[in-house]
Amino acid sequence: MSDYRDTDTGPAAPTEPALPAAQPAVTEPAIAAEQPAAATDAPVVPPVGTRLDLPEAGEWQRVSPKYVMVEIVGSLIFLVMICVAAGLLWLLLDQTWAAIVGGALALIVLVSVAFEPRRVRSIGYQLRADDLLFRRGIMFQRFVSVPYGRMQLVDITRGPVARWLGLADLKFVTAAATSAVAIPGLAEDDANTLRDRLVELAESRRAGL
Amino acid sequence: MTLADGEWHRLHPASPLLRGGIFIFALLGFLIANLRERVVEMVFGIPRESGDPLDEIYQRGAVGWALLATAVVLVVILVVFALSWRMHTFRVGDESVEVRSGVLFRSHRQARLDRIQGVNIVRPLIPRLFGAAKLEVSVAGQDANVQLAYLGSALADGLRRDILHAAGGARAPRQTAAATADPATGMPVASGSLPGEPSAADTVGQARTGLGGYATARVGEFLAPELDPDAAPPESVVRIPLLRLIGSIVLSSFTVVVVIAIVAVIVSVVSGSTGWLLVAIFPFLLASFGYYFSRITKSLRFSIAGTPDGVRVGFGLLTTSNETLPPGRIHAIGVTQPLLWRPFGWWQVSINKAGHSTNDGAAGQAATTILPVGTLDDVTRVLELVLPAFTGADQHALIERGLLSRGGEGDGFSSAPRRAAWLRPFSWRRTGYALSSGTALIRRGVVARNLVFVPLARLQSVAIHQGPVRRRLRLATARLHTVTGPVTASLGVIDVAEAARLFDSIAAGAIAASDSDTSHHWNRELEVTT
Repeated sequence: MSDYRDTDTGPAAPTEPALPAAQPAVTEPAIAAEQPAAATDAPVVPPVGTRLDLPEAGEWQRVSPKYVMVEIVGSLIFLVMICVAAGLLWLLLDQTWAAIVGGALALIVLVSVAFEPRRVRSIGYQLRADDLLFRRGIMFQRFVSVPYGRMQLVDITRGPVARWLGLADLKFVTAAATSAVAIPGLAEDDANTLRDRLVELAESRRAGL
Repeated sequence: MTLADGEWHRLHPASPLLRGGIFIFALLGFLIANLRERVVEMVFGIPRESGDPLDEIYQRGAVGWALLATAVVLVVILVVFALSWRMHTFRVGDESVEVRSGVLFRSHRQARLDRIQGVNIVRPLIPRLFGAAKLEVSVAGQDANVQLAYLGSALADGLRRDILHAAGGARAPRQTAAATADPATGMPVASGSLPGEPSAADTVGQARTGLGGYATARVGEFLAPELDPDAAPPESVVRIPLLRLIGSIVLSSFTVVVVIAIVAVIVSVVSGSTGWLLVAIFPFLLASFGYYFSRITKSLRFSIAGTPDGVRVGFGLLTTSNETLPPGRIHAIGVTQPLLWRPFGWWQVSINKAGHSTNDGAAGQAATTILPVGTLDDVTRVLELVLPAFTGADQHALIERGLLSRGGEGDGFSSAPRRAAWLRPFSWRRTGYALSSGTALIRRGVVARNLVFVPLARLQSVAIHQGPVRRRLRLATARLHTVTGPVTASLGVIDVAEAARLFDSIAAGAIAASDSDTSHHWNRELEVTT
């Protein structure tokens, strides 16, 4: 971790040409260590013209596959809550509709849990020369590009499950409330490195609002 | 006489009184309500029938105590006012504006000059009669404004000029700004006003000659044109004719409600039903007149003009307000036309900005409406002011097509494909975007027409989305993120490949534009050129 951070903070670091070279060094080793198959698993090429895609974009950095666990635990807690609520309504108050609605909701949650690994794989980010590119979602896709100079602050948060797995979420906040770039499920060291890198990049391209 | 000299200054001596204005009125109202019969007797000579509190005091022989209590209360009020005035100081330096206030709980607020989003001068009716004005420096953030209430009217104008001058990054010595007509701002200090129309700066000089002089100065200030003729070149000034203003307010959706209410009243009277509907609706109708009246008086004397230090929006008949937005503080511009305005060709222009003044804008609308109503010609002139880079024949044509075109191919906008009619049955033809000289244009709406401009140098981020429905139709949604405001720059339908192109070109354009953007130091540039 520390060796490539040193290269980044070297005297030539803030200049632009150093960036593309430094970029794979920051994120690649961590990803490669956790997910050797990441490269072969690159975005599934969709039928031409229907799916939203950025053909020009480079290689996406993936988040840790362990993040699937965080999502699944969250879904399971939700599932338990649905079951308890529906069960109470059904058994104690004799509301049959509650059982049907609860069952349907539970089914939806279970199906979405099955898609969870695929959904986590769809989360990706790229540190391009001048902006941060972020994508997520398979059913509801979203691509965002934020110039580094627009950064107001970087937030790192850790939920209980994520902390147990050694993961952290990174949030890139701009002056626009709707930007909403939140990269979940980064290894904690990666998140810290990425935060320092983003702050440094933002500093070198500082703009007003 | 300048206040921006890096020293601590105090506000107008009457500030505590003016700020506590409402309480003074409440006190006066209380006294008059209790002593009204005495007042009536004194003025009209009608004898009183019942006693009032003063008689009661006199009968009980407590005159001395009452006088003492009054004196104590007066002294306490005076001491508190004097203390709060003494402790309320401000300083304008080269880097920042600072305000210290509070007697028991001290507060010290500092705003960096290069972060200023706008400077607003408000003159509410009563302070205006006394020649005082409130100056507000807005910066980005919630409740982050620096308020100086109240200053002498002419001092406030001068202070604003100095603040904006320093905020623009000018390093010129201030003496030049104060002594002669400064080339950078073009605003002469010893203002050569129009003959027979004494401007505020002139009359304040004479104010020292006595009470009569004071009164003349106040009257002169009150009658002075809201926009100092020297502050802006007259050809850049946009005003609203009275008839159009009234028309635009009458032709609003509120009127539709009023008309429905009137029809309901007539029907209920004709059909001879019981009066409950009349009772329910009539107060509303009366109140609506007050609403129209206040909206019209608040937008009277509206003007928007370009000054060297930014766009200046002023309005108000009794309570006047004018705000200067320095260059590069406008994050998005929306031009809209409700259906009722279309026969007259009127448009409204509103903006997104990061700093929010605590005062309302024209017509009681949010201060983000910078042109309440205007013709196509007015709109182009306002756009020239707020988008200085966006001038030229091509851009003019683009604006006109963006506003008036029915859409379709070959009008400079990349419009949505025909299959978008599934989602936008009427407006798909007009839904499109264009990029020109560092500005993104988004055209929408066919019933209520809408054109949005986003200067890419101010863009925060750009996103494209696609859900299952749009995937089937090979469409996507695009959205340009700016600071929060009334204008949302989003494109509901766009061809999927076009969306990817938009994403790439706007992301690249935003970076290029913010690299070359120098608008936050607008005066530095000017000094080089002059």
